[in-house]
Amino acid sequence: MLRYTIRRLIQLVGVVLVLSLLLFAWLRALPGGPVSALLGERSTPESREALTKQLGLDQPIFVQYVKFLGRALSGDFGVSTGVQPGDSALDIFLQRFPATIELSALAILIAVAVGIPLGYMAAKRRGGWFDNISVGGSLLGVAVPVFFLAYVLKDVLSSALGLPTEGRQDAINATRVTGFFVLDGVLTQEWDAALNALEHLILPAVALATIPFAVVFRITRAAVLDVLDEDFVRTAESKGLTAPTIRRRHVLRNAMLPVVTTIGLQTGALLAGAVLTEKVFSFAGVGQALAIGFERRDYPVLLLLIIMATIVYVVVNLLVDLSYALIDPRIRTR
Amino acid sequence: MAHSRTARRRWTAAIGLTGVAALALSACAESGRTDDPGAGQVGGTLTFGAAGAPKLFDPFYATDGETFRVSRQMYEGLVGFKPGTAEVEPALATKWDSSEDGKTWTFTLKENVKFHDDSDFNAEAVCFNFDRWYNQKGAGQSDAVSQYWLDNFGGFADTPDKPSLYKSCTAKDAKTAVIELNEATSQFPSVLGFTSFSISSPTALKQYDADNVVAAGDSFTYPAYANEHPTGTGPFKFSKFDKANNVVELVRNDNYHGTKAKLDKIVFRIIPDETARKQALEAGDIDGYDLPNAADWPGLKEKGFNVAVRPAFNVLYLGINQKNNPKLQDLKVRQALMYAINRDQLVKSQLPEGASVATQFMPSTVDGYNKDLKAVGYDPEKAKALLAEAGASDLTLKFFWPTEVTRPYMPSPKDIQAAIAGDLEKAGIKLEVSSKPWNGGYLTDVDQGIPDLFMLGWTGDNGTAHNWIGTFFGRTDNRFNTGASPWGAELAAELAAASSEPDETKRSDMYVELNKKIMEQYLPAIPVSHSPPALVLKSDVKGVVPSPLTDERFGQASKG
Repeated sequence: MLRYTIRRLIQLVGVVLVLSLLLFAWLRALPGGPVSALLGERSTPESREALTKQLGLDQPIFVQYVKFLGRALSGDFGVSTGVQPGDSALDIFLQRFPATIELSALAILIAVAVGIPLGYMAAKRRGGWFDNISVGGSLLGVAVPVFFLAYVLKDVLSSALGLPTEGRQDAINATRVTGFFVLDGVLTQEWDAALNALEHLILPAVALATIPFAVVFRITRAAVLDVLDEDFVRTAESKGLTAPTIRRRHVLRNAMLPVVTTIGLQTGALLAGAVLTEKVFSFAGVGQALAIGFERRDYPVLLLLIIMATIVYVVVNLLVDLSYALIDPRIRTR
Repeated sequence: MAHSRTARRRWTAAIGLTGVAALALSACAESGRTDDPGAGQVGGTLTFGAAGAPKLFDPFYATDGETFRVSRQMYEGLVGFKPGTAEVEPALATKWDSSEDGKTWTFTLKENVKFHDDSDFNAEAVCFNFDRWYNQKGAGQSDAVSQYWLDNFGGFADTPDKPSLYKSCTAKDAKTAVIELNEATSQFPSVLGFTSFSISSPTALKQYDADNVVAAGDSFTYPAYANEHPTGTGPFKFSKFDKANNVVELVRNDNYHGTKAKLDKIVFRIIPDETARKQALEAGDIDGYDLPNAADWPGLKEKGFNVAVRPAFNVLYLGINQKNNPKLQDLKVRQALMYAINRDQLVKSQLPEGASVATQFMPSTVDGYNKDLKAVGYDPEKAKALLAEAGASDLTLKFFWPTEVTRPYMPSPKDIQAAIAGDLEKAGIKLEVSSKPWNGGYLTDVDQGIPDLFMLGWTGDNGTAHNWIGTFFGRTDNRFNTGASPWGAELAAELAAASSEPDETKRSDMYVELNKKIMEQYLPAIPVSHSPPALVLKSDVKGVVPSPLTDERFGQASKG
């Protein structure tokens, strides 16, 4: 298991290196660039040339890349030119990553907490009205674009529930410890700050949760249906085990493998969804930074954020693989 | 069996986790019922929805509107602008005189003024600031950093090949500062009203290493002064910039030397998405935001918001680049383009109320505006005749327009483009139209002279003609490539002569004359329109005067 983990992590280093090179070239091949984004209508031939030189963009791309790698090894990923000019890309990532984690974690929690029980119940009542309605609902969840749902939630639900629709927290006095606002509020016992941050999370998290929810629900339903037909379930029933025991020990456990895999694979979709959700809800996370960074051609920030997203994606899927062993003991022996 | 027991424990843990999720959910639902968070705005807090984060808080290094907006609440310059106009009025200087040749300026300063750090404002502090600007080194000299100095004062102390307008500053006594220039300029003293040239506390500048801008890899990092310790003389003081939460907070300066601010606090919430800003206003989360989409004005007014329209201080023009198509070097062809476009109709159908057709490249509030110029009317037949005369009846032009952008002078590039392109085609001009994102190739292509026709404009920094036509045509390698025509250099020289004329009346006359020449003899581009930008405020916000320079100061603003 350890060996497997190490091998996967080494693979990850290779992936990141290749990806960084591709991204580096790709970003610079995009039309436009930070120079015109920074100077706008005010640019003159001299100012463009001077700034291009100052930003090192006049050098061959290979030289730029080698320099970037050299700096990156010492933890310097460059300085933002567009998202928060003057701040290091790493600081921007560290500031915004907790926001996106909070948002995604709550979204996943919602998806799992609602999707798994619903999926199980739908499978048990296969073909019934409950099944039909929830399958239809989940289809809607897959089909409706996140940003549309986000706008609907904002317009309709926010005033009805009195939930905030902008940002991560109101401009209240809150102590920052970890950058996870809800957690910070709990740690410092500033309960109003924690609550306020949580309120700000709800609508975006619900919007974002629709993607993983629909998938979790459908996979759970399908997996439970499969397992219900298995011989060992019939055996368990015939030997007189109680329904909850069969559900817990035989049905759900065997059905969970594909569900957990799905959750892992959903991290990528979640990040993509976060770009839109964070934009709509002005939520200062990684997704918002990606959107602004792209608009303003902020090379260092885009590069770092996309690489970090890749790392997160790979690591989450590694964790998912490892968690198989927890759920299905048969895998552990391999 | 033992094996199965541990497995069960794990599974129970997993169920427990789901339980936590359910708990969290119910907690969420409950918290949804608590009071509206907008209720945080008690007493006198004005919450303004900003489209972007301020880059920093040292106005000297600022280049963009969002940065200036925050800075101008905390800082003051020697001169200011009369609210709602581009007219210069006293600020930290109570009066000023210039020598005959326009090179020596004596400023009498307001007394008993203190910076936010309690140090004294006096002539020495003024000179310290000027010398600081003039003595920028290294990265501090970059265009992306000290753009306003470079644009208005030229070079620095150690750039002999790039002379500066600024020569020296002397503190004659505590309340008299004498500033020497190397040549007379129309820009003085109004340029000192730019937020960039606000006066900072020398003590704080030194203490927080204000000049330590570093070119770091492919960008710049700024020192503590610019990030956390801005220290001016204005009615508001810096409180904090909570980057994780995207909120900037300023508090009232209780020792302000003038009429003290009414608000306790100003909060700038950064909401990059335009629709989100509108929704935040409607939900009561913010008290106002800048540049509401012109299409939203009527709706916002109907809902009782105050759409404060600024005087139009901008120009939209159809740029012509003479480089690639020699036919465009023929005045008749350029005139044909002007006759072909129905600017009246465009202004009526595409621009917000209050917009007007541009008769020249600057609005009427700028000194040197030629009020005798009339807009050439729409005349497609005349356009065709001119094209035929010039032997250009089969003209094909590359016409570029920008996406992913709105500018105050150009609320909807797509619609404006469609109107112009339709008119030009009616006059028999063939167009190869293409669009690119503003930062995604459009500006670069325009700067590199790829399109023959393009849409661009300008929002003025001040009321001097130099800031307008001087910026556009004051050189020959500009976006219009006026150097391709023999008159390009002539025009540049005439503009330079006008700007350095010390006598105000004479200078003004020179510009009036130049505007006529530009429109009738040169026509390097087609001025299209002036379009008033607005900011929108809740109806209970009082005391914010819309400024043509977007120089809105919240010092006298109040709520409720």
